[in-house]
Amino acid sequence: MAIRNVTLAGLDREQLLHMHYQMVLIRRFEEKAAEEYTLGKIGGFLHLYIGQEASGVGALSALRPEDYVVSSYREHGHAILKGIDPKAVMAELFGKATGCSKGRGGSMHMYSAEHNLIGGQAIVGAQLAIGTGIGFASQYEGKQSVVSVMFGDGAADEGAFHEALNLASLWKLPVVYYCENNQYSMGMAVTKAWSVSSLEPRAAAYGMAYERVDGMDLLAVRETMLRAAERARKGEGPTLVESVTYRFRGHSMADPAYYRTRDEEARWRSSRDPIALFEAKLKENDIITDDDIAAANMRADEVVEECAQFAEESPVPEPDALYDDVLADGTGAIAWRNQPSTPRD
Amino acid sequence: MRTITYRDALREAIAEEMRRNDRVYIMGEDIAGYGGTYAVTKGLFEEFGEKRVKDTPLAEEIIIGTAIGSAIGGLRPIAELMTMNFSLLASDLIINSAAKFRYMFGGQPSIPMVIRMPGGGGAQRGAQHSQMLESMFAHIPGLKLVMPATPYDAKGMLKSAIRDEDPILFVEHELLYSVKGEVPDEGEEYTVPLNRGIVRREGKDVTLVTFSRMMHICLQAAEELAKEGIEAEVIDLRSIRPIDLDLVLESLRKTNRVVVAEEGWKYYGTGQGIAALIYEHGFDWLDAPIGHVTGKDVPMPYSKSLEQLALPARNDVIAAVKAIVPQPAGAR
Repeated sequence: MAIRNVTLAGLDREQLLHMHYQMVLIRRFEEKAAEEYTLGKIGGFLHLYIGQEASGVGALSALRPEDYVVSSYREHGHAILKGIDPKAVMAELFGKATGCSKGRGGSMHMYSAEHNLIGGQAIVGAQLAIGTGIGFASQYEGKQSVVSVMFGDGAADEGAFHEALNLASLWKLPVVYYCENNQYSMGMAVTKAWSVSSLEPRAAAYGMAYERVDGMDLLAVRETMLRAAERARKGEGPTLVESVTYRFRGHSMADPAYYRTRDEEARWRSSRDPIALFEAKLKENDIITDDDIAAANMRADEVVEECAQFAEESPVPEPDALYDDVLADGTGAIAWRNQPSTPRD
Repeated sequence: MRTITYRDALREAIAEEMRRNDRVYIMGEDIAGYGGTYAVTKGLFEEFGEKRVKDTPLAEEIIIGTAIGSAIGGLRPIAELMTMNFSLLASDLIINSAAKFRYMFGGQPSIPMVIRMPGGGGAQRGAQHSQMLESMFAHIPGLKLVMPATPYDAKGMLKSAIRDEDPILFVEHELLYSVKGEVPDEGEEYTVPLNRGIVRREGKDVTLVTFSRMMHICLQAAEELAKEGIEAEVIDLRSIRPIDLDLVLESLRKTNRVVVAEEGWKYYGTGQGIAALIYEHGFDWLDAPIGHVTGKDVPMPYSKSLEQLALPARNDVIAAVKAIVPQPAGAR
């Protein structure tokens, strides 16, 4: 097969292969995390992004470095895509001092001020409210930064969804509300939780632009997100994007997924795997070979092994770090007199 | 010095800080066109315009969400909640987001945000509009909570709060807005720290530890007690978190007796927390159990006569003091 230097959706071969690699990397990273979780290296909750890779890579590939991403507790992929070193993400999972939140956040609380990744939020829907505020700051300062709020179908049922979307539409804030509808909020099927079959009528209620996209189709997601971000950047206000996807694993590692059939899972995995779909498309256009795919997988495997090794070898936080960063000035509940009393100016 | 109201003092603080820093803005329900439910923000819209004086829908959760997000984005928000009762609608974002982000995100984000809100009863506003809920928030690490009682402190502490890097709950009182007091002349810059109490009245027989509107009631009680030969020292905490415990202990070493007086409810609240700290750090100086004056343990009733019974009054303070202070011979 002759590899052609064609473009797809305005992307050249190198860009397309890079996006393929990013999807593979996220999947391998999550598989490695699951492995380390079962070995007891990772505690607490662990929510995997497997199955949703195209939804993440496509959306974030449409953003600029100065754009903000505010995410949920299923955010490892978003953190890596926003530019955080995967080693720092894995170290955070391990609770190490080298983690991107110094080991104080864990799986659900990745953060990087440098990369404008404004946290994994573990209160469902909080990112809608926080992201709206970041959008307001961007508008206030006349910046070109757009905010992408990543949330699941469950968050659309929280009250914050209503308050945030109403205000953002009212004030024409540069925000994209990006719903990764993976069909289940924990064990609750979206068909049982929503009084309507899509988010379209909800967007209409706020006079907000709405786009629904196949979240398993990387390039379709990217183009949808490019349009939404462009609207935001031009001051035309927010967009509600509904990216229809599926998580291949349970809600968290603790979830045996009794609420859905193994048949249903198998159907999605065999016919709707976003990585397989993208590989098929690239092959169809003579852009990728089996060797390229194997190389991407091998490279991703190496990276996640390095991540795990880095996390394993990193130090745990010093005991003194327990009291760091509660407040900027280090005060606790009691203001002892030997502390400086004058507020900074 | 001049004499102005608590309300005007707050407005001056907001206006001065908005002139000083373009990134300071204020938002809330009916604060622009209407001028604020308690007229604190009257005139700000005319001076600063709609970009910086933002009317919001009746949506407390997104008011606070917008404040937190915009603080992360580099602004310095002042969010006005119409009353402290409504802060419950935003309490998730205050407690789960504002108080947590710096810590759980490894020290990265600063949330320089001030939430202004009045609490308290006494105006027949009923059970859902008369609460003093500061203890719920003062319980939470990652927040600061202040409750100024005078116009001087209202202005000086609000200016400090707006310049601070941390999320601050600035609790006003509905019945303090029209209280007058001395404040430095306009143009005379001053601030008041957010971690220092102040002795409002010196005395040797008992220490009254109090804050917000209850401070004024304690001062009145102290004047009455003085007529009977009991000299009460009145400490206005001003800040609840962090609390200036050393100031309280210093006074205790002199008086050896303490009454804690607050408007809120008795059980599991601010006053019991303060009393526990005094027992923990000052037990050896105590000559009597700590007295505790509070609102009655009921939802606030509407009827004026019942409401007055529910609120702590001067006579409650006097009775609590007399219960632990030996009476001068002449007064018996």
